[in-house]
Amino acid sequence: MKNIILIALLLSGFQGLQAQDIFFTRTGKVEFKAGSSVEDIDGVNNEAASMIHTKTGEIAFTLLVKSFHFKRALMEEHFNENYMESTVYPKASFKGKITNLAAVNFAAAGQYNATAEGELTIHGVTKKVTVPGKITVQNGKFSGQSTFKILLSDYGIKVPSVVADKIAKEAEITVLCQYEPK
Amino acid sequence: MKYRPSTLPVPKVLFLSLGILAGSSILAQKKDTTDLMSMLEKETARKPVTNYTIATFKTTRLINAHSIEHVAGGVMDVKISHRFGTLNSGFYELFGLDNASIRIGADYGITDWLMIGLGRASYEKQYDGFMKVKLLRQSSGAKKMPVSISGFAGMYYNTLKWSEPDRENYETSRINYAFQLLIARKFSEGFSLQLSPTLVHKNLVPGADDPNDLLSVGIGARQKLTKRMSVNVEYYYQVPGYKLEGSVNPLSIGLDIETGGHVFQFIFTNSTGIAENQYITGTTGEWSNGDVHFGFNIARVFTLGKKKK
Repeated sequence: MKNIILIALLLSGFQGLQAQDIFFTRTGKVEFKAGSSVEDIDGVNNEAASMIHTKTGEIAFTLLVKSFHFKRALMEEHFNENYMESTVYPKASFKGKITNLAAVNFAAAGQYNATAEGELTIHGVTKKVTVPGKITVQNGKFSGQSTFKILLSDYGIKVPSVVADKIAKEAEITVLCQYEPK
Repeated sequence: MKYRPSTLPVPKVLFLSLGILAGSSILAQKKDTTDLMSMLEKETARKPVTNYTIATFKTTRLINAHSIEHVAGGVMDVKISHRFGTLNSGFYELFGLDNASIRIGADYGITDWLMIGLGRASYEKQYDGFMKVKLLRQSSGAKKMPVSISGFAGMYYNTLKWSEPDRENYETSRINYAFQLLIARKFSEGFSLQLSPTLVHKNLVPGADDPNDLLSVGIGARQKLTKRMSVNVEYYYQVPGYKLEGSVNPLSIGLDIETGGHVFQFIFTNSTGIAENQYITGTTGEWSNGDVHFGFNIARVFTLGKKKK
């Protein structure tokens, strides 16, 4: 009898722990810069959704391209209509893993350098990428931050020659997510 | 040390529970590794979003007529519209290039759903002002709406010298009004269609038998050729009995080319006038006679106000 209670206790404790392993956000911030000295082209999306499994180091990330907002309305329209074709490819996503999971202690407060490796899908094109990032643990929650560059041509995003001097060939992407236990 | 089987119950429990722990953790891991992405998608699907249609047309004018498009709040759109003379005027007039009918105007978005505009057309030396209000937006997803609808109201004031200065002329005779309901649907990435029921009111009409209230229905369509180029067609059908004597239904064909903040529209039209009261009810040229004007519209947007994030 005692054994059974012990087992049940251990199991229930484990169940609780398992749910704690998944962290989630719906309000991840993604900034995108593809401007030049001639023109600023900055888009911000505050509605990215992401999940991290702290035991396995898995990361899932998805956002709606239409949720990127620009200072200039016409730029936003062109971004959706001419470059990202958001009606055809409404989402961008990342699916991958933290490769140096051992270096990140999700249980102790602090800042850890992390590297994520996985598949980035933009404009319907999927590429393997490795991106550097930082994980900051505080009060049992943590934030993930990453800045990396992508070549527009890698993802089949065509820039016509008339505006080629206004748009960078490489876009800088900054991601900032505050994860909460799910 | 000599091995002796233990009779104590505690380690047994420990081993047993460890075994179960290991087993369940493998199970849990397996489930999670395959499904983190689909878990996330399920989570995001719980809050469905409304997907509003954008860019039904390239700019706020299809050719002569207003399209369903608005300039965004805080954005000014400067428009220069130019119509040369008619192609059938021959080589002496260089097929119309020696003549011009011009409208210079500016549109401004007070909010994303309300825009106003002012302009001056050389034809009939006419000043105009208008207001366009978004009533419905085509959307899919959480909220579904098959069409976009805007309301348009314009007022026109011509400053020509009185054609008959000897009779008693009223200042109000210079004024015309136009009211339109713009109903559009973007059927696909490339194809959009618009219907525009229209009422033009003229305080003074040329003939004694002409009605003051003139009814018509506009139909406009655009087909994209590339991402930045489209072909447009626009036609207004004037309702018999509610049109001016001798007026012809206007038909225009245009090509839109967009480069960054500019839109260039190259057009062929049988209408000399560019404002609503002029091209809808005052067109006299027939396509079959070659009374066709080549022309262009140039639009350039300027962001004046800051867009709310």
